[in-house]
Amino acid sequence: MTDLFATLGNYFQYPFVKNALIVGVLIALCSSLLGVTLVLKRLSFIGDGLSHVAFGGMCVASVVGLTQQMLLIIPVTVLAAVGLLMGGKNRKIKGDASLAMLSVGALGLGYLIINRFSTSGNISGDVCTTLFGSTSILTLSKFDVWLCVVMSAVVITVFVLLYNRIFAVTFDETFTTATGVKASAYNLIIAVVTAVIIVLAMKLVGSLLISALVIFPALSAMRVFKSFKSVVICSAAVSVFCSVVGILASIIWSTPVGSTIVAIDLAVFLIFTIIGLTKGNKSFTIQTKTTTSERNENQ
Amino acid sequence: MSQLLCDDVSLGYEGRTVTEHLTFEVNAGDYLCVVGENGAGKSTLIRALLGLKAPMSGTISTGDGLKPNEIGYLPQQTVVQRDFPASVKEIVLSGCLNKVGPKPFYGKEIKQLAQRQIERMGITHLQNRCYRELSGGQQQRVLLARALCATGKMLLLDEPVAGLDPKVTKEMYELIDRLNKEDGITIIMVSHDIAAAVKYATHILHISHTPLFFGTKEDYLKTEIGKAFTDAAGGDEA
Repeated sequence: MTDLFATLGNYFQYPFVKNALIVGVLIALCSSLLGVTLVLKRLSFIGDGLSHVAFGGMCVASVVGLTQQMLLIIPVTVLAAVGLLMGGKNRKIKGDASLAMLSVGALGLGYLIINRFSTSGNISGDVCTTLFGSTSILTLSKFDVWLCVVMSAVVITVFVLLYNRIFAVTFDETFTTATGVKASAYNLIIAVVTAVIIVLAMKLVGSLLISALVIFPALSAMRVFKSFKSVVICSAAVSVFCSVVGILASIIWSTPVGSTIVAIDLAVFLIFTIIGLTKGNKSFTIQTKTTTSERNENQ
Repeated sequence: MSQLLCDDVSLGYEGRTVTEHLTFEVNAGDYLCVVGENGAGKSTLIRALLGLKAPMSGTISTGDGLKPNEIGYLPQQTVVQRDFPASVKEIVLSGCLNKVGPKPFYGKEIKQLAQRQIERMGITHLQNRCYRELSGGQQQRVLLARALCATGKMLLLDEPVAGLDPKVTKEMYELIDRLNKEDGITIIMVSHDIAAAVKYATHILHISHTPLFFGTKEDYLKTEIGKAFTDAAGGDEA
């Protein structure tokens, strides 16, 4: 055990480990905050779809030879998100079908483009890195770290300031619109923020595993907690915990970062499910007790 | 001037008319019941009254101090709501959103307003409970409290007793009746339940593809169509 901490202590002397942890915590925090809304709006798969779009964008960016690929990837993904979340009701192709179409379309075309036009010697290595995020989190540039810090700060601020509105729009969009609140504007904001988070998260877990960061913490929290606020807080805590443990574990045992984080997220989900089941039974008995005592008081 | 005025309104989707030539008005303190078969355009009418859908022709206007966003709405329950992790307090508070303006959080006054509506609906003991664990009748009370946060003038209720058992249904109707009679809140209720409509409402709007009747309950009972329905209801009882 002391060996383990000694090894960790050694690793912490390297700036790339610190960078990885900073970025990991921030992305985990942002994606879990948004995840609660997305899961409840039945949009769990949006993360997956958008990350494939981001992959397509990255392929184009790397073929064109952009040095700051983010500057192309973020706008493209934001556009896709807005199209998916806003177009909503009046389109000919329904939500899940258009999402699936966009997702595989971007993945296929992206790979085609990078395969045909890339000048890099190691195409399959590049692609694998983007899909699974394998080691890229340890090779973050200073620009990546700063971009991530700034974007995360923006996302968290937006989420806190709009918290009450996001709740209302998620719980009942029709009611919110009917009482004169511009629900569509908040949907737009949610779409843009989702896209930004997903592009940032691509660095951490790769584009195939992003959904895990978005949905697992929210789903875990929902097993145990029953008010929106407690679910959001718990989801954020779970997500940050899993990412930190995942990054450290991957450094110690040299496992791929993304898959390690996802494995831990899954484990925590299972634990929370069990807690939820046992707690559910208990709270049920407590409730019946109070109702009988209430009845006694009334008599 | 009436609170709500529909003047020769036609409603429909993508060029297909669902219902046309709707003309009726709702005055402060009225209790209007909208009845009609499935597909007669009741839900479309609701969406139009809430301003979520523009009519194909005709105008819907509000007056007598009622603003378009002051219609409190009690929706039919959706699948999303039934498993939503939210406490009763959180949901009722969300009804106050149109009162906070550009501020990001709810102030003390708003919280007190929500608290008063919770007390009014008799669900104070449930306020920290999770919405999805409540019974159907309790859930309706929560949503009613939320609607009352948004407005003190007019409530639009979409099938408020759907899926409730007879005892809870009666309580719900009496609760709505008290809001109308004691607090003077205008009620527009869409319902399948003609018997209840005739019992509680002051006015009836019976719609089909064309409006069949609009007027007071007393006049409705004298019409052929009103008689047909009440006879049918009477026949059931016998």
